[in-house]
Amino acid sequence: MLEVVDLEVRYGAIRALRGISLTVKKGELVALIGANGAGKSSAMMCIAGALKAAGGSVRLVGEDITSGKPESIVRRGIATVPETRDVFPDLTVDENLTLGGYTRRGDAAGLAEDRAKMFALFPRLAERCGQPAGTLSGGEQQMLVIARAMMSRPKMLLLDEPSLGLAPVIVDQIFAMIAQLKAAGTTILLVEQNVAKALSVADRVYVMRLGRIAASGTAAEISAATDLSALYLGAEP
Amino acid sequence: MTFAIQFVIDVLSLGGAYALMALGLVIVYGILRLVNFAYGELIMVAGYTMFLFSGSGLPWLVMAAVAVIMAVLAGIATDYVAFRPVRAKSVTAVLITSFAFSTLLQNAALLFISPRPQTVPLPALFSQTVTIGGAITPLRNLITIAAAVILLALFALLMRRTVLGIAMRAAATNFTMARMLGVPANLIISSAFAISGFLAGVVGLLWIGRIGTVVPGIGLEPLLVAFIATVIGGMRSLSGAVIGGFLLALIDTTLNYTLSQDLLKFRDAFTFSLVILILLWRPEGLVKGPATGQRT
Repeated sequence: MLEVVDLEVRYGAIRALRGISLTVKKGELVALIGANGAGKSSAMMCIAGALKAAGGSVRLVGEDITSGKPESIVRRGIATVPETRDVFPDLTVDENLTLGGYTRRGDAAGLAEDRAKMFALFPRLAERCGQPAGTLSGGEQQMLVIARAMMSRPKMLLLDEPSLGLAPVIVDQIFAMIAQLKAAGTTILLVEQNVAKALSVADRVYVMRLGRIAASGTAAEISAATDLSALYLGAEP
Repeated sequence: MTFAIQFVIDVLSLGGAYALMALGLVIVYGILRLVNFAYGELIMVAGYTMFLFSGSGLPWLVMAAVAVIMAVLAGIATDYVAFRPVRAKSVTAVLITSFAFSTLLQNAALLFISPRPQTVPLPALFSQTVTIGGAITPLRNLITIAAAVILLALFALLMRRTVLGIAMRAAATNFTMARMLGVPANLIISSAFAISGFLAGVVGLLWIGRIGTVVPGIGLEPLLVAFIATVIGGMRSLSGAVIGGFLLALIDTTLNYTLSQDLLKFRDAFTFSLVILILLWRPEGLVKGPATGQRT
């Protein structure tokens, strides 16, 4: 589904991504883990088109989408949930969802169906549908941005740090919902600092360190690796 | 009582015009975080279109519609000529190009039309007066109030009920996120300029209706009024712009009624002093806008 080859991102002289390669197959949940500053979010935002690539390529179902505009990348089927969450605080929950379906705005019946599906998956959102999104709690906002991203019926979902700043109970709920989305066949690339949580839902895992992929494998292999903390924290094995 | 009715009509008609001017400026500012200094020239374009069509024998409403359409096109042209080529590069550059575009349009009017005031055709309705509860008022004041009510309602409907409107509100808070949901940046920006042009066109007709003539510099006062009203109301908020417009009209009208003849020529000094006081009290304006977004 998604093929990233030697992707590089620079902020001025700083090389945030030093050529990373990864693949995500259809229906898979792939986790990208690593410490702060490892380049996970840069990778995510570059795939989503919000950052320009300095080198390398991103292909979606064989089509080159490297450094495309964010609006054209979502039209091709990648929906992004950034770590900053970014609900539109003055818009109601319902209006946020309407915008999530922007790319399919002709399809009223399909959108109504998806909205009902999202409300079934996230009942809290149904209760608060007329409320401005800025008044929701952190967990509810996270649910809203995931639901909003799903409204575009993406081929693939990019989730950046869905657990960030949330209480453990809420994190459990969010991950239960991610597992449900995966069970429903959604292809997901998940960036996460909460390694245990990421490993619990992921099929495969890439560990990033200092802008490079330091290790990769199935979730089981990575969990079993004794040097995980070393990989993660940067000590050379 | 008569006095009160007179006062209210004056405030509402002036405020309606001010509110529409402010809304036209803030719709672009909200999305781009940039003041379009060529905004006043959109009003000028509407005025000169009326002048150029004055001998055409077309019904007034048709001419008015053409004038508004020309203002919309001039608005979109502002985006293409002054904003789009330099938007991503430098804020300073955009400020200069928007000034340049404004000067260009004014000089084109000076050169190709005339520096002297040109008479604009007005329907007979504009010069009639009506008596309401003993107060005699020009009918154009009531037309202005009606136009403001209708346009503000249409505008609210557009922003709340249509996907384009919702997308524009979203883009005003967080442009990058809106784009990541598939909202095309250029469409949103051009729509904002088109709406800005539409409001300027209608305001132009009403504004010129007070004087009956158009000059190349006609846009300066509306630009200034719109700018002050949005600063008072809060640069980031659409409702703030409307409130700011009405408040400014209230201040102006009150001063018109209370200042003696000698002091009246200094009215603007009084107005601006009050504006300074309001800003000292509420530096962000009366209505706080949405959380800060990024400039694009």
